[in-house]
Amino acid sequence: MRSFSELINKLLLTSSRNRKVDVLCDYFKNTPDPDRGFTLAIITNSLEIKNIPISKIKEIVRETVDEELFALSYDYVGDLAETISLIWPNKENGNLPQISKMIGILKNINKNESTRKIHSFLSIANETERWALIKLISGGLRIGVSSRLAKTALAKFGEKKLDDIEKIWHGIDPPYENLFKWLCDTGPIPEIDLKNTFNPMMLANPLEDKDFINLNCNNFVAEWKWDGIRVQIIINDSNIKIFSRTGDDISLSFPEIKSLEKNMVILDGELLVGRNYIPMNFNSLQQRLNRKKVSLKHINDFPAFVKLYDILYLNNDDLREKNWEERRNLLENWYYKNKNEFFDLSKIINFNSWKNLTAIRKNEIIDEQHEGLMIKRKSSPYISGRPKGHWYKWKKDPKTVDAILMYAVRGHGKRSSYYSDFTFGLWDGNQLSPIGKAYFGFNDNELKILDKFVRNNTIKKFGPVREVEKTFVIEVAFDSVNSSTRHKSGVALRFPRIKRLREDKPTSEVIQLCEFKLEFL
Amino acid sequence: MKWINENLYISPINTYIDPSKPVENAIITHGHADHAKPGHKNVLATKETINIMKIRYGENCAQNFQELTLNKTLKIDDVKITFYPAGHILGSVQVLAEYKGERINFTGDYKTKKDKTCENFEPVKCHTLVTEATFGLPVFQHPNEHNEIKKLLRSLELFPKRPHLVGVYALGKAQRIIGLLRQQKYDKEIFIHGALEKLCNYYVEEKIFLGKFLKTNLKDKKEYHGEIILAPPSAIKNVWSRKFVDPIICQVSGWMSIKQRAKQNLVELPLIISDHADWNELTQYIKLTGAENVYVTHGREEAIVHWCKMNQINGLALSLSGREDEEDL
Repeated sequence: MRSFSELINKLLLTSSRNRKVDVLCDYFKNTPDPDRGFTLAIITNSLEIKNIPISKIKEIVRETVDEELFALSYDYVGDLAETISLIWPNKENGNLPQISKMIGILKNINKNESTRKIHSFLSIANETERWALIKLISGGLRIGVSSRLAKTALAKFGEKKLDDIEKIWHGIDPPYENLFKWLCDTGPIPEIDLKNTFNPMMLANPLEDKDFINLNCNNFVAEWKWDGIRVQIIINDSNIKIFSRTGDDISLSFPEIKSLEKNMVILDGELLVGRNYIPMNFNSLQQRLNRKKVSLKHINDFPAFVKLYDILYLNNDDLREKNWEERRNLLENWYYKNKNEFFDLSKIINFNSWKNLTAIRKNEIIDEQHEGLMIKRKSSPYISGRPKGHWYKWKKDPKTVDAILMYAVRGHGKRSSYYSDFTFGLWDGNQLSPIGKAYFGFNDNELKILDKFVRNNTIKKFGPVREVEKTFVIEVAFDSVNSSTRHKSGVALRFPRIKRLREDKPTSEVIQLCEFKLEFL
Repeated sequence: MKWINENLYISPINTYIDPSKPVENAIITHGHADHAKPGHKNVLATKETINIMKIRYGENCAQNFQELTLNKTLKIDDVKITFYPAGHILGSVQVLAEYKGERINFTGDYKTKKDKTCENFEPVKCHTLVTEATFGLPVFQHPNEHNEIKKLLRSLELFPKRPHLVGVYALGKAQRIIGLLRQQKYDKEIFIHGALEKLCNYYVEEKIFLGKFLKTNLKDKKEYHGEIILAPPSAIKNVWSRKFVDPIICQVSGWMSIKQRAKQNLVELPLIISDHADWNELTQYIKLTGAENVYVTHGREEAIVHWCKMNQINGLALSLSGREDEEDL
């Protein structure tokens, strides 16, 4: 447990992405199997230890520490794992088992002995080990490491391509001994079971104005960028699996989507809700997301379907090396053969010049349904990740609103001496109501101005948060607005960024929240 | 304690201890800004505390200064005042006041751990103890300070190119850290932010060994690869720190035991070294004094008061205002 706990402690306190990668590389280099594999599984959330409820830990602590003193401490520290790790008064000699053994013990612990065992572990552990142990049991490390970052570290450690790791990642299991063999060049690349494995998707780059000059429009096709969630669908012997863009299996949230297809096929598309293939807005789709249990009412009110974009596998044949035109033909064939209410084909937009397409984007876009246009090169294979020069997303023009700067927090890494994360708000009567946060969009010079304003106009501090004088107006750009029950203002902006500083503008000219809702919601 | 009130006012001699506003007569336990304020008429303190006040606020920050040597008793009317070392910073004391046979001891800020940059703490028996409680929660159990300093040295070995920016309070903590580094045989020059200079010089005048230290110069081209630079935490958060390329941000404070607190303040290397008593020191000292009554001036009062109750001691929180946690970021 020692090296595992020190690793996650280091990761927690390191804010630079590159340094986190280095820290992980070091760990992979110096830790034997299967420990490093289990650690990798914990970091990437691929392992859950569920059979010890956190209430059990609390109970053990209550038996050992005065209840009132614990409550006061917890109130002050604010984090359960930290409070317990710091307050635990008992000491026992010995060493905790390594992480791999510890996971085995925790998974198989039986109810009768769990109190005694955990008590003893807590006493043997040092503070950081105790903290790590409780984090492990309670699930969710929250140390700011994404699985993408962990895979980046794997690639660096084994001097392999990140893309190759992504391709097999969803087909391998902890403790990943074959993976590490391959990374250390002592084994072949692990083989995976295609029928059950998510394949990382091909993503698009934003289209920039200068791109037009260089692109020949005859080499490209265009289709709408539908405003749903991107999914990958694996059908095999009428069995269907739906994966989100990050590889999470979301099949259970959409039990209605079915296909009678017997052969194995992997499709790429956009999951939407609506009737007759006409999408409802994103807000409606959100009613269906992140639900473990789906009610019939939800299915009836917001029926799901998929607009198909692409095909990756057919009858066990990998089609990803074929160009887009060939794949599109195969996709259309499959679609006409297997037509049902859950699958629609994403339409190809005819255009004869960029000027023509610009006009289409301007005149034919449906705000509720489209996020913009996708432009795809006809000759491109299907490449996982975000390769340059193949697919472009041409989003609709952002909406903007002038808002008032309210709070600021210092940034991370390079920006750690700057106040660079900003909360802004609109008037709600004669009070301000925060509507969002943004930490990019401005240039270095604007950042300096903002930083200076925050430092010179702080009126209150809440821990790291500074409340500022409500005098600074900023122009905020955003893609769309959703209504939200989680935010006090009732709205949530998508992709907000600070477009311009409007120091010239008086705060009295900033609009009311209700006007904002009327206009954008 | 009828002859002393909740503002630490000793009525028979019209004198306050560590008053937060200018008064006629003040006894000052030590030179930190939340205890020593300028503008009093008469100040009674140790020689070192008086000097520190003059360095920070100017020669005339009080009308009259009166020195009192450690362990010597001064009789003012019917009240006897004796200073005992508090072990907190240079010149820091506990104040024992005796009146009509009753002994009341004010700890000021203190620690019982040994510290080469000040007189070591001495325990005092009393009937009533007026104690601080900055770290008055059982989650605060300060680790061995030498092991913490070794963490800094290990980090220097691991990252020989990166400047190590160490956040320390200018008075006491800065000098203690330099001293601890010297005890670990770190003999390179140590860089300090300008705000630390006068106080470091004063410690040297008082024959405390700090080795070679230099003020950082923001205009020179020096890159501070692998150097230790001490600065007040505010400077590290400020524009000042932008000069340093890819620094490791360290912070030395008792609060650093809380990881989330370190993380919030973007501290990469937290070092848990405090000049205050931790939970165990606080509670052990209460027992040792034999006090029947304990008054808690500032910090986590509730927990100490609760602990007193558990141990059949009368405890009361005074919640003095104006006492900030100096080590706080």
